[in-house]
Amino acid sequence: MTHDALIIGAGHNGLVAACYLARAGLKVLVVEKNDWIGGAAVSRELFPGFTYSNCSYVSSLFRPEIMRDLELPKHGLQILPYEGGAMFTEDGGYLGMFRDHEANRREIARHSRRDAEAYDRYSRDILRNCRLIRPMLMRRPPDLASFAPRDLMELAWLGKQITGQSEAQIYDMLRFWTMSIADFLDEYFESPVVKAYQAVGSIIGTALGPMSPGTAYVLLHHAMGDVDGNVGSWGYSRGGMGGITKALTASLRAAGGEIVTGSGVSRILVQNGRAVGVALENGNEHRAKRVISNMDVRRTFLKHVEEKELPGEFVHRVQRFKTRGSSGKLNIALDGLPKFTALPEGAPNIKGDMHFTDTIEKMELAYDDWKAGHYSRDPFQDMMIPTLIDPTMTPPGKHFMSCFVQYAPPKIEGRDWTDADRDGFRDACLNQIERYAPGFKSLVLHCEVRTPRELEAEVGLTEGNIFQGELTFDQMFFNRPVPGYANYRSPIKDLWLCGSSTHPGGGVMGAPGRNAAAEVLRDMKMPAKDMSDAYAIV
Amino acid sequence: MTLQASDLRHYETPLLKTPFHARTEAACKTWSWGNWGGYATVLTYEDLSMEHSAIRNSATVYDLCPMIKYRIEGPDATAFLDRLTIRNVAKLSVGGVQYTAWANDAGHMLDDGTLFRLGPDRYRLCCQERHLNWLLDSAFGFDVTIHEETEEIAALSLQGPTSGEILRLAGFAIDGLKPFRMAEFPLASGRLMISRTGFTGDLGYELWTTPDQALALWDLLFQAGKLHGIRPIGSEALNMARMEAGLIITGYDFTPADVCVREDRLRSPLEMGLGWMVDWQKGHFTGKAALVAQRDKGMKWSFVGLEIGGNISAEGAILYHAKKHEVGVITGAIWSPVLKKNIALAQVLTKYAGGANLWAEIYALRELHYEKMMMRAQVVERPFFVHDRRRATPPGKY
Repeated sequence: MTHDALIIGAGHNGLVAACYLARAGLKVLVVEKNDWIGGAAVSRELFPGFTYSNCSYVSSLFRPEIMRDLELPKHGLQILPYEGGAMFTEDGGYLGMFRDHEANRREIARHSRRDAEAYDRYSRDILRNCRLIRPMLMRRPPDLASFAPRDLMELAWLGKQITGQSEAQIYDMLRFWTMSIADFLDEYFESPVVKAYQAVGSIIGTALGPMSPGTAYVLLHHAMGDVDGNVGSWGYSRGGMGGITKALTASLRAAGGEIVTGSGVSRILVQNGRAVGVALENGNEHRAKRVISNMDVRRTFLKHVEEKELPGEFVHRVQRFKTRGSSGKLNIALDGLPKFTALPEGAPNIKGDMHFTDTIEKMELAYDDWKAGHYSRDPFQDMMIPTLIDPTMTPPGKHFMSCFVQYAPPKIEGRDWTDADRDGFRDACLNQIERYAPGFKSLVLHCEVRTPRELEAEVGLTEGNIFQGELTFDQMFFNRPVPGYANYRSPIKDLWLCGSSTHPGGGVMGAPGRNAAAEVLRDMKMPAKDMSDAYAIV
Repeated sequence: MTLQASDLRHYETPLLKTPFHARTEAACKTWSWGNWGGYATVLTYEDLSMEHSAIRNSATVYDLCPMIKYRIEGPDATAFLDRLTIRNVAKLSVGGVQYTAWANDAGHMLDDGTLFRLGPDRYRLCCQERHLNWLLDSAFGFDVTIHEETEEIAALSLQGPTSGEILRLAGFAIDGLKPFRMAEFPLASGRLMISRTGFTGDLGYELWTTPDQALALWDLLFQAGKLHGIRPIGSEALNMARMEAGLIITGYDFTPADVCVREDRLRSPLEMGLGWMVDWQKGHFTGKAALVAQRDKGMKWSFVGLEIGGNISAEGAILYHAKKHEVGVITGAIWSPVLKKNIALAQVLTKYAGGANLWAEIYALRELHYEKMMMRAQVVERPFFVHDRRRATPPGKY
């Protein structure tokens, strides 16, 4: 049987693309190498009674338009916005984050009165950039070298967005998109801990340090989302991040789509320059009129397509596409709630993101280890305990702790990770937490440790890069994944990309999958059913 | 203040209490509170109409504590403030108060406020928004110190025709105090500074002391004013009075430049009708080049007072020219109880600010249905309401 569309990989973007195509009336099949669905938006029980968000762990970027189109709340999706968060300081104190504007201002004022006021101006500037970028998320970037009317119109639209600002703001925008977060924050703040907390979003998933140019944009990538319309808010998906792909799966099945799990693609079948299906590792073959890959661009073209089918320069570009892994993950089953000595009893901060890297310099030192081919000895952690607001993930009284860790290189001093390296990485993280929450280690019942090695082997992310390619300006927008192919297509006819390697990039956003589906339908001259444009920015 | 922010548990009370809270809370019968700059403040104590009436017919007390206050002192304080603000600070004598405004380099308005000259090199700047960064950055190269003293001062506004008499009865010799002047008096175990200033366009005073004297001051005023109709008022009544006085509020009538996201919403002091303040001769001040260019080229927006037909308040209404083209927006409007008229403040394109053929589109929600009206809007002089008693020295006996 020939499907209209075959999607490789049941991650969130693959499922989003599949949902839109199935709703448009296509016969859709999703193939997934793992026995479970979800890709990097997954919940698994690796220790009895405990559900982990094994990869991605918080939600904000997922586009509300997609949730609406695919009726995800109706299919069970719940995002629980969290309050709080804290950056612990080495001297035993902390800087907390609060949802309430006054509480947040007073909290920053404990560290710097100036910074407390500067925060509003800083927020304005971040918001200005968000307003500029959000409409671009759900549009196909123009091809700069093309004279096709659509590309010219898209370029004109883009030009209008830019020139609609004042001269001063265009300068600021260009600086913002190219600066390091350290330089950017210096323009607003004086307190080291305030700067360190704000820098968090600028290094996550990125093989750059806070002093590397380009990291200011990464911050924006983490700030432009929302939970239920609250811009910049983050939340936990009930039941873990697998809740998102679970709802997508239900939505897909309701629209008549199918999913086959348990065997990965060995190769993409190409005949006469056209993709015609896939051969699975278990020997099965599935034929389809078009193949849409949710794998990253390098895995798709360097591992599953024969090089002879591809133009040389394209292969060269794909080989050079940066997918340098920078992070690892610890998923921990806890016998009880750890006590962070700095926090007052009952402080809401423990319900949010917590960190232990109280200066930009310490973050940069952690990155220095990565450059030397080693995991960070004093790592940066983005740590949370989602079970404080979602008790469905563990037995009563127990907790799930998610620790996103930087930096972890794809290779240790040029060689593959060993189990001993992995254990050393784990201990660096656990020991750091223990310093701020004495007794924490004795609460650990089970710990899943994922270095870039495991992320590549288990999830399929090349070099363990969580964004399927770094979010640096040289590989964003019309350059993502490679110039001339930002349109979700590839040199092979009927072979498409829909993952985070494509515009607008990584994070559990769904926009690449939605945009790819829009292009496929456009190519088929079919109307996109149930597909909304991005909300207008007013 | 009664609750200090240094406490780690500050998040449990995101809205602080002012030094008058024990009294304001007892007097607030409606439980109607709002957030003003991080403090819980009363919107209406008991009855809005009674509160407004007291401003024009007897006397009212308004808790001013959340007003942001900076102490600016040093040998270069006058030069610094002359550089910062659009008015001529050198013309402000010791003991005087100046209504003023300041803008950024692009001439976009940051705030307005009152500047008190406490001594030759010592000032207090009172305003709506927080500006510590702007003040400190602007002070580069000046020998001044800037200190936010919001929490160190307890302030009340005593406004209304009987306010002068109440102060006399309370034992303060204010007969010689002229508008925009201040004087200091002993109060219980502390000191009280009285300035003849206010936000109502009526006879009135603002009273400044330390938090430890706050309740004593409140009690003294209410004791003295017992037979003179003294009552506390919330922000809603004050808002009505300030509109009758034609005064603007930052964040209501314009969006301050340092937090304004949409660039087309930025306004200059000229566009906000404050051009009369600018001293073009005083030398350089921040934003001057931009304002000179705007003065010479003409400004896109103007700020005007409007009288509108009918008696339905035109709050938030869109302004049209010839009932057809959108030419502005009403930033504040009330039916004025003292004028018995519909009045409004509005941003309007300068081209149409002459007022010919200007119309306000009013939607009156009445029992779940809108009555839609297109009402004639006349541009009129501000203040809408002014009475000689405001300036009479000594103040009249009411």
